[in-house]
Amino acid sequence: MYTKSNSLAGMNSQVQGQRIHLVSPPKSAMAPINGFFEWFGDLGIFFWRVVRAAVTPPFEFRELFRQLDEIGSKSLPLVALAGGATGVVLSLEARYSLTRFGAKSLLPAAIVFSVIHETGPIITGLVVSGRAGAGIGAELASMKVTEQIDAVEASAVNPYRLLAATRILACILMLPLLTLAADFCGLLMGWVTQALVEPLSLHQFINAGFNGATFNDFLPPTFKTAFFGLIIGSIACFQGMRTQGGAAGVGRAATSSVVLSSLFVILADVVLVKLIIILFP
Amino acid sequence: MQTIDPVAIEPEQTVRDAAASAVGVEDLHKSFGSQKVLNGISLAVNRGETLAVLGRSGTGKSVLLRLVIGLEKPDSGSVCIHGKDIAGLSLDQLGAIRMRMGFLFQHAALYDSLTVEQNVAFPLHHHRKKMSKSEMADRVRQLLAEVGMESGFAKMPSDISGGMQKRVGLARALALEPDILLLDEPTAGLDPISAGEIDDLVLKLQHEHHMASIVVTHDLHSAKTIADRLALLNEGKVVIEGTFQELQQSDIEFVREFLRHS
Repeated sequence: MYTKSNSLAGMNSQVQGQRIHLVSPPKSAMAPINGFFEWFGDLGIFFWRVVRAAVTPPFEFRELFRQLDEIGSKSLPLVALAGGATGVVLSLEARYSLTRFGAKSLLPAAIVFSVIHETGPIITGLVVSGRAGAGIGAELASMKVTEQIDAVEASAVNPYRLLAATRILACILMLPLLTLAADFCGLLMGWVTQALVEPLSLHQFINAGFNGATFNDFLPPTFKTAFFGLIIGSIACFQGMRTQGGAAGVGRAATSSVVLSSLFVILADVVLVKLIIILFP
Repeated sequence: MQTIDPVAIEPEQTVRDAAASAVGVEDLHKSFGSQKVLNGISLAVNRGETLAVLGRSGTGKSVLLRLVIGLEKPDSGSVCIHGKDIAGLSLDQLGAIRMRMGFLFQHAALYDSLTVEQNVAFPLHHHRKKMSKSEMADRVRQLLAEVGMESGFAKMPSDISGGMQKRVGLARALALEPDILLLDEPTAGLDPISAGEIDDLVLKLQHEHHMASIVVTHDLHSAKTIADRLALLNEGKVVIEGTFQELQQSDIEFVREFLRHS
């Protein structure tokens, strides 16, 4: 007979072991789930500390301007290039598809709406998460393993304020501006690609492309990238500042910063696109 | 000779000592996972006094220093700085206390993106905002001169030797004129001449600034030179605390073995 007492006493038995497994999963199975919730919990605590440090003086304006340059100006060429390349690809693909369905006249509008609604913002988010996310993650991780972050703290300077808040704020402020650059390059290269196939002036392209467009088509998608900036900055700083274990740890922090921030940018985009459709019909 | 058994210490007496001292730790416990690092440490250091903390590698000497400056939180016990318990203080409140403390890290922990000069100026930039640029530059040069550096101010930390890095780290630790100095292995990894120079430097600074200092080391010669008292740690506890002569006269087996191998 299978009783409560022998179920506990006979844990070595394979059959009974399986039954117990259903009630109480082994530690190894729970570890990833625990790790997942622990990571979110730690991220929440980290973010709360950063917010608290960011809104109380002294403000680290010098470091903020340095980060605006590091994240903004230095990402600009890459973002512009990626935006331009996307414009070319969009233009070629859309031309092929729309011509097949007899809607070639909609080509400028298709390019403009694709670029400003989605491609520009998401390309900017992914490029910045690759460049700045890896840079922030690796820099802070290297500072962590060489005790430089401890040295900041020992010098009576709040590292959440000096190192994290400035980088996160710089990401938030620069992402919309970089998106404008990506949009501009995408539209410009989209027009150039069209103009190379058949004569089309920039004036005609803009008139046809922006016909019927409102600020609701332009502002919400551009400003949603501030949220991407928040994600990229927070995750990269968090992964960097919790690093352990020498050079290998620095490598892991840089990789996880890029992977996680890219993943969360894409996931956030899904939610934000739906929200924008609801709030700005 | 004074042998310390944490269990035998009167709790009230320890609290009183800890509160009256520049640095006082009482019944400090700290574990990392299942590894127990500190197991009831009680120590007190007064102003103008240097305590050397000795022990084998991995006995929690550096952890003790990190607990004193608040970089780690104890599992139990208290750390008092000038009589104020630092447990439960926010980072900014702790910052106000840390401004009176200088910390030399084992590998100096200089900011690798800043020059030697900028490293020393870092605490001044953040806490002496009323200082003009020229005043700050003068102060930085004075601090660097004090630790025996007369040139190479524009060099990056990676371009200077380990001994020089320690000197720069020491200058940075002294920038805010602390009254408590914590030194983590100041002579580790240095040749005997550089180690001797660092010892002389610490003695000179101690004489000039009259600070309360805690020096973590496993260099007995260095400890003997710079410290007024020595505390020997083993398995997370203070085995003995006293002068070097008192350690020499000890009949505790671990103390005798430690001295024999040093």
